[in-house]
Amino acid sequence: MTTLPPPSAKKLGLVIDLDTCVGCHACVISCKGWNTENYGVPLSDQNAYAGAASGTFLNRVHSYEVQPPILKDQPAAPAQLIHFPKSCLHCDDAPCVTVCPTGASYKRVEDGIVLVNEKDCIGCGLCAWACPYGARELDAKEGVMKKCTLCVDRIYNENLPEEDRQPACVRSCPAGARHFGDLGDETSDVSILVAERGGFDLMPEQGTKPTNKYLPPRPKDVEPEYDILAPYLEPIAEDGKGFVSWLDKALSALPGGAK
Amino acid sequence: MSLDQPNLDLSPKVSDEVRKTTCYMCACRCGIDVHMKDGKVAYIEGNKDHPVNKGVLCAKGSAGIMQHNAPSRLRAPLKRVGPRGSGEFEEISWEEALTIATKTLAPIREKAPEKLAFFTGRDQSQSFTSFWAQGFGTPNYAAHGGFCSVNMAAAGIYTMGGAFWEFGQPDWDHTKLFMLFGVAEDHDSNPIKMGIGKIKERGARMIGVNPIRTGYNAVADDWVGITPGTDGLFILAMVHCLMKAGKIDLEYLGRFTNASVLVNEDPKSEQFGLFLRDADGQPQVIDRNTGELAAWNGKGVEPDLGATYRHKGVTHRPVFHQMADRYMADSYSPEAVEDRCGISAKRIRAIAADLARVAFDEAIELDRPWTDFRGKKHDKMVGRPVSFHAMRGISAHSNGFQTCRALHVLQILLGSVETPGGMRFKPPYPKPATAHPKPHGKVTPGAALDGPHLGYVQGPEDLLLSEDGTPTRIDKAYTWENPMSAHGLMHMVISNAHAGDPYKIDTLFMYMANMSWNSSMNTGGVMNMLTDTNEDGSYVIPNIIYSDAYSSEMVAYADLVLPDTTYLERHDCISLLDRPISEADGVADAIRWPVVEPDRDVRGFQSVLCELGARLNLPGFVNEDGSQKYKDYADYITNHIRRPGIGPLAGFRTGEDSLQSGRGGSNESQIDNYIANGGFWVEHVPENAAYYKPFSMDYQNWAVKMGFFDAVQPYIFQLYVEPMRKFQLAAMGIGTRQPPEHLRKQVLETMDPLPIWYPPFEDAHVDPVEYPIHALTQRPMAMYHSWGSQNAWLRQIHGRNPLYVPTGIWEANGFEDGDWARVTSTHGSITVPVAHQASLNKDTVWTWNAIGKRKGAWALDEDASETTKGFLLNHLIHELLPPKGDGMRWANSDPITGQAAWFDLRVKIEKSAAPAESQPVLPAIKSPVGKGPKDIAWKVGE
Repeated sequence: MTTLPPPSAKKLGLVIDLDTCVGCHACVISCKGWNTENYGVPLSDQNAYAGAASGTFLNRVHSYEVQPPILKDQPAAPAQLIHFPKSCLHCDDAPCVTVCPTGASYKRVEDGIVLVNEKDCIGCGLCAWACPYGARELDAKEGVMKKCTLCVDRIYNENLPEEDRQPACVRSCPAGARHFGDLGDETSDVSILVAERGGFDLMPEQGTKPTNKYLPPRPKDVEPEYDILAPYLEPIAEDGKGFVSWLDKALSALPGGAK
Repeated sequence: MSLDQPNLDLSPKVSDEVRKTTCYMCACRCGIDVHMKDGKVAYIEGNKDHPVNKGVLCAKGSAGIMQHNAPSRLRAPLKRVGPRGSGEFEEISWEEALTIATKTLAPIREKAPEKLAFFTGRDQSQSFTSFWAQGFGTPNYAAHGGFCSVNMAAAGIYTMGGAFWEFGQPDWDHTKLFMLFGVAEDHDSNPIKMGIGKIKERGARMIGVNPIRTGYNAVADDWVGITPGTDGLFILAMVHCLMKAGKIDLEYLGRFTNASVLVNEDPKSEQFGLFLRDADGQPQVIDRNTGELAAWNGKGVEPDLGATYRHKGVTHRPVFHQMADRYMADSYSPEAVEDRCGISAKRIRAIAADLARVAFDEAIELDRPWTDFRGKKHDKMVGRPVSFHAMRGISAHSNGFQTCRALHVLQILLGSVETPGGMRFKPPYPKPATAHPKPHGKVTPGAALDGPHLGYVQGPEDLLLSEDGTPTRIDKAYTWENPMSAHGLMHMVISNAHAGDPYKIDTLFMYMANMSWNSSMNTGGVMNMLTDTNEDGSYVIPNIIYSDAYSSEMVAYADLVLPDTTYLERHDCISLLDRPISEADGVADAIRWPVVEPDRDVRGFQSVLCELGARLNLPGFVNEDGSQKYKDYADYITNHIRRPGIGPLAGFRTGEDSLQSGRGGSNESQIDNYIANGGFWVEHVPENAAYYKPFSMDYQNWAVKMGFFDAVQPYIFQLYVEPMRKFQLAAMGIGTRQPPEHLRKQVLETMDPLPIWYPPFEDAHVDPVEYPIHALTQRPMAMYHSWGSQNAWLRQIHGRNPLYVPTGIWEANGFEDGDWARVTSTHGSITVPVAHQASLNKDTVWTWNAIGKRKGAWALDEDASETTKGFLLNHLIHELLPPKGDGMRWANSDPITGQAAWFDLRVKIEKSAAPAESQPVLPAIKSPVGKGPKDIAWKVGE
């Protein structure tokens, strides 16, 4: 079994805005592209051009339909569709690390990123079983465990311009639904966002203390609080004729109107 | 185990070099950084400096490496050796291919150029391909707009000089309420996602109007699950509410629209319904300063929205009076439309009230002085911060043009077009319909066409009809069947050519258009037309030449295949002469360039046209000595001069002593300048010209300086489209050019100069009781038409496409997960997998577009899920309406523009035993490229 380090002060992670995610899969593919070409073995694809195609992805978007609760005396609110991107949450109490028999899975002391040292990975799959989020995938070709690295080879990479030192999924996200930063620092942009928007832990009952946070969707399909008829739609006329006489008066009231 | 951490290299080398070009994984045209290792493409990400995507990139763009390396890429020119449709080819040399093409085309040009039908699908070089077709002399040219969104484009141009996407965008930085209608999620997709992100960050609201709640509609604050085909009714009900409450922008309407223009109201007059004009032909208004008649554009004139004018016994009333009469009628009240729209009257009023509240109570002002075309100085820019966007959902109906018009009229009534917080045009738009060319179709054997093919008719005199009244064009564009068909009707070409209606053709020449599959209605019928033979065994459509980069379903139907390059291997220009990448604050164009050279015997199609044009001796493609003028497309991009000082690219043109923007001479280093600049060029609109562009002399003068047009051309928005009235008058018997009797009623009823709503035509032909369900397709954000399936990464996201069924229909049929259904229209039947979706209009089913594939295409294995579980809805849709017994072939299209009415489709649905595969199953075609590898795993850098 592998020991976790004491919690680091710096906790790098993602904040994912479920109010803004349109489910476009840009993060899924930009992750696949970067991590195929970079950290560790490439992410392989089986039956790539045939039936039952199946490849390794470190980040996937799931979609769930939600039926808001039906309240007494109220018409049912329409069902909603929530897009839910999911990757490793870089937990403080990461069960995938403690279960690892070889020490291949580890949590970095300096920033809390959970990684797999592929050299030591025997592909036993225990970590994937232990992860309550299903965030790890065993690469079928190489037989090693793959997972989100938080683009550890981007975020400190001095060969990249400073503005590009963020995970590929964050950089590519068209809607700006993904944010990267230090969730151990209460004053960081991501921590402030989490505080303001009521960011939450995924499945807190699992006791994993995930670093990544999700921002909840805002309430939808809420009826306006004001009376729509007065003042906004209060009629000024009932028909075309009435409208024309209103128009004459209204035009007089405009600058340069009736003398 | 210990806490020892491995030493990681945190700064690995990312790439040897970054090459900046333009994406072509869809039509969005984002800037991309292509990371190269060892001369190969290693990783693709968004270009942070690019005006379109500012660094972000969608799933398709990020998967570009897999498209570029797809096993479906064609490798060499192909000559058909088996029967058409079999997929049996032999590879030939380019010399042989070009010789065959020349031998096929030269005699056509000599004798009857119209016998060539040249249609270019998802072409991003239409200003070039149309130039080639014009030089050839055939009137039969268009791209795919007729089956995409011509209703949106034409309604926008005729109404206000531009529509959405390439023409305009919401003012994302200022808008407070954004309303999205029936969008196709790939059009302008990254900018829309970025915009939605921006308004969400600001806490602004978004309303989605779409029968289907997915994608952008899933994140909308309010979702309006409208019944398909009724958007126009819903919009006009909101117009009713706003006019009835006086919540309209009177100053804006008076000054900047033709609401104040006087209309002849004498039913006995030949001018009935036309504008009162002065001797110069200028529409007349009453000037509030003098109470007298004045030209709309007179210096200092303040047009009166309310004043009428009586002269020689004829009353003239302003357009605005007619609008009041029409839209205040009870027939447009929310109560009158709620059942048909599937939206409660209360909800319609609530949304109208919200529009009114935000437009007028939350109005914004920018401290930017500007001067209008009447010479009036304005010290501020006043904005109505409600904005709209719409695309194919509302336009792909037989009432789509009028619906798009209705939406624009709503925007204009609120004063929210070209004002802060509203909708903004992207240079070189706005441009009124009158500033566009008219359509040309005069054929002279051995010579060029008399002008550009496509344009904007201003009345019956501009229709493309021969002396006996028959259509000039094979697709019957610009005829009484669809007078304002600004993009042509690509979906009718094969059907009409096969029927010999209006005439037979010799050669069908197509580019990037999967007509034998997902780009045609009546897919099976189209395959039969392409392979049908005459009694003597010859093909009814004698020759088919096709260019594509990939082994699409259409390849099998060609006699000669000209293999194109991938988007990373080619030159392109995304030109101001075509559909540029401008944003509201900046005019911009861009290039593609070969970041890698092809490793196959393929050539960019446009370069092939340069050579073919020279072999055919086409004007514009040969020098005076008869030699080839442009050695390839890059040469054309650099050296072609369209008008003095204007070429395909507006950046880095030569001036007297330095490079300049807009106008200027050609520059041999222009492409290198673009490459050095990141693959694009942008010039910002001056601040005081950034809004009110159609009316602002600040903008107009800048536009002339930049070369968008050669003289200022301010105009006002056309709430009332007078050219439509001219068609109506003809239908009433006025004028020398008369519609055929069978079309009089249709022209009179549909060519209304003020927006109307009528039921989708299918509702009249199909029994709504027998076929109670609307059936739609949507394009997933992660796929582009048929292209995504050849991409090993993207097909893992959308490798199959169930038919999504709403709760009521799901339960009524007793469906369960894994079930199949037989779906039937009047035209055909398919048997497909179903899935439940609660967030759906109760009478609507839908599926993802173009996921289903034919066996043998795209280098997929025959057991690929796209071929076994995927399917096309196209089998259920016909390009013609059901026969009416009059012997006529009535197109299933909008009667104004000819847009394919895909979304009118009605079906019935019943549970079916699970077949082995989605039905119908078509025989496999032989793949000219074999199949892709079973497994893949690669690192370029190793």
